[in-house]
Amino acid sequence: MSTVTNTQKKAPAGERVADWADGRLGIYTLAKANMRKIFPDHWSFMLGEICLYSFLIIILTGVYLTMFFHPSMNEVEYAGSYVPLQGQLMSEAFNSTMHISFEVRGGLLIRQIHHWAALIFLAGMFVHMMRVFFTGAFRKPREINWLFGFLLFFLGMFTGFTGYSLPDDLLSGTGVRFMQGAILSVPIVGTYLSMFLFGGEFPGGDFVARFYSAHVLLLPGIMLGLVVAHLILVFVHKHTHFEGPGRTNKNVVGMPLLPVYMAKAGGFFFLVFGVIAVIAAIASINPIWALGPYRPDQVSTGAQPDWYMGFAEGLIRVMPGWEINLWGHTLVLGVMIPLAIFPLVLAAIAVYPFIESWITGDKREHHIAQRPRNAPTRTAFGVAWITAYMIMLVGGGNDLWATHFHLSINSITWFVRIFFFLGPVIAFIVTKRICLGLQRRDKDKVLHGRESGIIKRLPHGEFVEVHEPLSQGELYKLTAHEQYEPAALPPAVDENGVKRKIGAMEKLRVKLNKGYYGDDNQVAKPTLEEYKEIQSGHGHH
Amino acid sequence: MKKLSARRRHPLAAVVVLLLALAATGGLYAAFAPAGTAKADETAQSLAIEEGKKLYSVGCASCHGTGGQGTTDGPSLVGVGSASVDFQVGTGRMPAQQPGAQVPKKKVIYTQAEIDQLAAYVASLGAGPATPKEGQYSPEGADIAKGGELFRTNCAQCHNFTGEGGALTHGKYAPSLEGVSPKHLYEAMQTGPQNMPSFPDTTMPEKEKKDIIAYVNAVNGDETPSPGGLSLGGLGPVSEGLFAWIFGLGALIAVAIWVAAHTAKAKKS
Repeated sequence: MSTVTNTQKKAPAGERVADWADGRLGIYTLAKANMRKIFPDHWSFMLGEICLYSFLIIILTGVYLTMFFHPSMNEVEYAGSYVPLQGQLMSEAFNSTMHISFEVRGGLLIRQIHHWAALIFLAGMFVHMMRVFFTGAFRKPREINWLFGFLLFFLGMFTGFTGYSLPDDLLSGTGVRFMQGAILSVPIVGTYLSMFLFGGEFPGGDFVARFYSAHVLLLPGIMLGLVVAHLILVFVHKHTHFEGPGRTNKNVVGMPLLPVYMAKAGGFFFLVFGVIAVIAAIASINPIWALGPYRPDQVSTGAQPDWYMGFAEGLIRVMPGWEINLWGHTLVLGVMIPLAIFPLVLAAIAVYPFIESWITGDKREHHIAQRPRNAPTRTAFGVAWITAYMIMLVGGGNDLWATHFHLSINSITWFVRIFFFLGPVIAFIVTKRICLGLQRRDKDKVLHGRESGIIKRLPHGEFVEVHEPLSQGELYKLTAHEQYEPAALPPAVDENGVKRKIGAMEKLRVKLNKGYYGDDNQVAKPTLEEYKEIQSGHGHH
Repeated sequence: MKKLSARRRHPLAAVVVLLLALAATGGLYAAFAPAGTAKADETAQSLAIEEGKKLYSVGCASCHGTGGQGTTDGPSLVGVGSASVDFQVGTGRMPAQQPGAQVPKKKVIYTQAEIDQLAAYVASLGAGPATPKEGQYSPEGADIAKGGELFRTNCAQCHNFTGEGGALTHGKYAPSLEGVSPKHLYEAMQTGPQNMPSFPDTTMPEKEKKDIIAYVNAVNGDETPSPGGLSLGGLGPVSEGLFAWIFGLGALIAVAIWVAAHTAKAKKS
């Protein structure tokens, strides 16, 4: 508060600037509230940072690329420096991408940084999302933020796809044709949608310009907004932390934003940029000069989308080519069914937090990140989902599996068809058993201590292995997690002897709940009595 | 004439007449037969066919039949031409090691001279495409860009954008074109070995074949530059995605673990 203190000597320049800014922006209040914000320290909490930084790198390099890229499909003759294409006809989009790659200073490196960063951004989001999933960090109050994150992944896929299509090369053109085929398979409106999107018959002369505005303006604009909202919510909710002494559901143990995290995050940004730049300098990505310009009458084998769309590619590749012809119309089930399964698989993971909270009936806030083993059913579901996803990725690359492992492409396709359904079931069962095994091991460690490897011979000849008791901190870590009681249906008759009406949904909920927390689905953690009883008979175990 | 008629019944008279008759026919033949050089070539050719037949009986006849007529184990070779033999044996595909979806390229066990003899024998079974001369397949002076366009139109759907190869149904495949000599590229197009369609001169003239060879040489040769760095097999997004996950995200996670392990220590105040 600047009261009348002019008589004193003037404040330092920095303070005056800060005062000036505070008077207009209120930075002191903001800083006071946020500068000492605490963040917990764990490497897996930095996965989101990888995503954020690679997103920033994509924006920065993307701006550079827009300065040289011409989003036009006008036909030109190539006259650049790459000999094997000289004199070929191509769109201006392809021509300008060739120009960026061969003539613009640093153009190829920036293009490669942009594309590699995009692949890493999507891979980072996938892993980040799985981290949140397996630690239960999506539980109340973070469900909305989970959805924001999921939307970022989903939009990222389409931003990536539109960007991949812009150079109008033979590979991406095939991808666009694939997408157009999927649109055409939609009953009744498919042809209209396709005509609308492409401004007439495929490929027409419009789609590059249209994809361009979606790629540089619409989609990244929405994503940027979502990123900001995502970060604000992280601030509002505070970060989760793992179990440990002194860590509760009501506090956050870690380091302050300023100076520790500002320095670490700033440094980490440059490390991420550095790693991506090195990769882009070493390895080629999307060498459009080798692919050639798009022509609808040409196609190459090995035409796959970038990895995040490989799952959709797999669905189409392994789906039998069924179709129904009725009254002069064709229903292309071979494309329509994959098109319907694609969003369903993604939605399965997106809505999971809501399903779990409905099953548990838990309405409390959770700020402790769980260890995956302590939520066996959820962990098993997550692994099952990843299994289905990965099997479809195999389907998307079935030709390369065939050539590199000397297999028949037909066998791979059949493997994928069967294991898309069977694989998740096996993964679910195996994962759950591993989780329960790990829970038993934790219990064993708590009760009997750690195996020391020291064999002791007792006076009467018996050999025993000495177990070292765990420290208090470790004991806490292994026993602090909360275990739910399995839900049960209320008695069939209420206190007045009237038969209770129980809905089918409630019955289903209780059944699922037992699947989560029933006797065989979690290992009861050791009680204090058990612990004391075993510890009192010192050394015998 | 008296002397002659007197010895007419001599026991050796018949022999003399026979000799004279033979000399006359021989002389007449010598006078009217084709030129001397051709005669020498013919001998060399028949010699090659002779030698080729011997090699054939040892290496090929068990599957293709003693006269090249084919059996249940191997197709007929009548009319496949010397170009086919030069390609199949010259790339080591034939003789085949074992039956299978497709006979792979392997170590060549015949010398070029032996291959030529085999080719001569098989060519003698029926007319077919002949082994090309260097002037036919040499990529010198061909139009690379035109070749690229032709390659993308005719070859890329099986052999990939730059000839890295690709999968076909039931374990069959289009092999990689890396390191394949111009002659073998030409012969493959001409004869359509195994699962490949053939592109005879009527559908793809010699000049276009040359352009394609020049393109393959330019984008998948020993001296092909890769302006962007490691080409990752030239297989497109699958290998790129794998690289991004393992080396990209893998390195970043390693860095994240390193950063988290070097955390700021709380000062005791």
